Amino acid sequence: MIKKNSINKEKIVDLISIEKSFDQVKAVNNVCLGINEGEFFSLLGPSGCGKTTLLRIIAGFEKPENGDVFINGKNVNFVAPNNRPTNMVFQNYAIFPHLNVSENVGYGLRNTNFSKDQILKKIDGALELVGLKGYNKRASSALSGGQRQRVALARALILKPRVLLLDEPLSALDKNLREQMQFELRQLQKSVGITFILVTHDQTEALTMSDRVGVMFNGKVDQVATPEQIYNKPKTKMVAAFIGNMNFFETECKGENSKTITVFHKDLGNFKLFKNNIFGRKNPKLTVGIRPENLKINSKNLKRQSKSFTAKIVEKSFMGDTILFSINLSGNNNNTYISVSDIKNSPNPNIGDEILVTFEEEDVVAYYKE
Amino acid sequence: MYISEQNKRGWRLLGVPFIFAIFLLAVPIATMTALSFWTQDYLTLIKTITFENYKQAWFQPVFQTLFARSLLISITVTFFTILFAFPIAYYISFYGGKRKALWLFLITIPFWTSYLLRMFLWKVILGYNGVLNSFFEWLGVITEPLTFLLYNSNAVVLALVHGWAPFAILPIFVSLEKIDRSLLEASNDLGDNSFNQFFRIILPLSMPGVIGAVLIIFIPCIGDYITPKLVGGPEGLMIANMIQVQFSKANNAPLAAALSVTSLLIVGIIALAFVFLNRKYLKNY
Repeated sequence: MIKKNSINKEKIVDLISIEKSFDQVKAVNNVCLGINEGEFFSLLGPSGCGKTTLLRIIAGFEKPENGDVFINGKNVNFVAPNNRPTNMVFQNYAIFPHLNVSENVGYGLRNTNFSKDQILKKIDGALELVGLKGYNKRASSALSGGQRQRVALARALILKPRVLLLDEPLSALDKNLREQMQFELRQLQKSVGITFILVTHDQTEALTMSDRVGVMFNGKVDQVATPEQIYNKPKTKMVAAFIGNMNFFETECKGENSKTITVFHKDLGNFKLFKNNIFGRKNPKLTVGIRPENLKINSKNLKRQSKSFTAKIVEKSFMGDTILFSINLSGNNNNTYISVSDIKNSPNPNIGDEILVTFEEEDVVAYYKE
Repeated sequence: MYISEQNKRGWRLLGVPFIFAIFLLAVPIATMTALSFWTQDYLTLIKTITFENYKQAWFQPVFQTLFARSLLISITVTFFTILFAFPIAYYISFYGGKRKALWLFLITIPFWTSYLLRMFLWKVILGYNGVLNSFFEWLGVITEPLTFLLYNSNAVVLALVHGWAPFAILPIFVSLEKIDRSLLEASNDLGDNSFNQFFRIILPLSMPGVIGAVLIIFIPCIGDYITPKLVGGPEGLMIANMIQVQFSKANNAPLAAALSVTSLLIVGIIALAFVFLNRKYLKNY
């Protein structure tokens, strides 16, 4: 029998059947999750989905009611945060207000056996790493939001943790700085090689920065996959709806063979779904999802698998790099969206125009009704 | 000169407290300061300016002893009050949970009786036939009452610590409440155990409250009159008691005034030092 203490060594963090409730509400519900050594992992989900709780369980600030937490192959259920090989960047950065930049960054080193000179050298190194060279004596109250974040990062990284935990670190920054920091964080992670676990509700952030993303809803992890897989093949309807935009169509099963299922929709007609694009437990009713960018307007290069239908444009919004057209289908309550990104080379119809909409059957994902 | 309506209203609002402050604070202090440079011959004041009173106040051993004792008692009282108040404030702030309001309410209960009564109670507790002595005699620990309990400096310190504790708990509690709890998690995350965390985060960040408490206790204590009078005996007397004696029985108002001004200066200097200290702590926020 495999003993629980000799768990898979490649997984730097392994969560096994974690459960945690607050006032009878299950914040984390039977979560199993493995995080690989050296990867940039994001926990993505709407607020209240339990992602921060899960992160705090890894850090040791919350005790799970059930389940085991393994870090670096060692069960840490009863290890206090100060003895775990993890460090955290807090959402509000938690910069110590009575200490200056150097004292903040070197805070954790005081609990180690390094000499004063070594500590000073390490502080300089850490500040340089996060682009705050020469800020040593700056008072923490004199730092901007972005600088505070860098100090929080340096303070955690200087201890060379096995895992760095980041709790919505970019949410307090303005848009430009956020985008810059996304890039920098990614670069930093690659250069230091430490496993990063990032909690965020911002899907762009999760998709652009991560090697893998775990999407959480209501205390459960719905899907763990690469950003491409999450976007192109969301495993549940909730993930599909949460990540990017998705048009949903309610359809009925009309026939089946070994590889495909044929479904019918009032406006879209009959079309085929590939079985590896269908998720859930078998049911004659299916919810079909098509991304707005996978719907084409008046396209001329039709393939064998292209399906088409006609519709009238009811709304048109210019978004800068894309144009978003809305069409209203009689079988759908909501508007269906079509996004056009190659504006120059695409037809540009106006509101009220009748258009031919096409899509490829292989771009369609579907979920059995529950 | 044109005065806007808003300014007029401001002056009207300020008027009453301003007059109050002038007549009940500035005028008495000015009078007392003036008085301290005069001399008194039985009932007549001699209004020639002299430093004689200050010479006596500063250099006569009896006054020096009293000033030193007052300072020492105040410092001791302040020290012990903070020492006892901090754990209470700490407990309420960190472990009070939903009962914080109840705890704070309980702390204010001593104020329901007058200060005088509370000080007088210590006589009942510490006295020759008091609660403590009776208890010890009943236990059989002592055969005759202990006399060192009452009528000395220690009794004054004890009574004052008890009397002033709530005033220390409240400001310390407020400063502990203001500490962002994520800072504690951060220090924990960076390797601190509870002991290190207390000295590196909690104590420095609660310093504004501690210094506030020090000022609140130290300043009134040094001029306390009733407590030494009640429980101090001859050895526990403080400078305020001497000032009272000089004003009334000794009929030497100018010397009393000089003693008063001197204690005012001492308190002022110490208070200013603490205010500057506090500013150092506060500037980081």
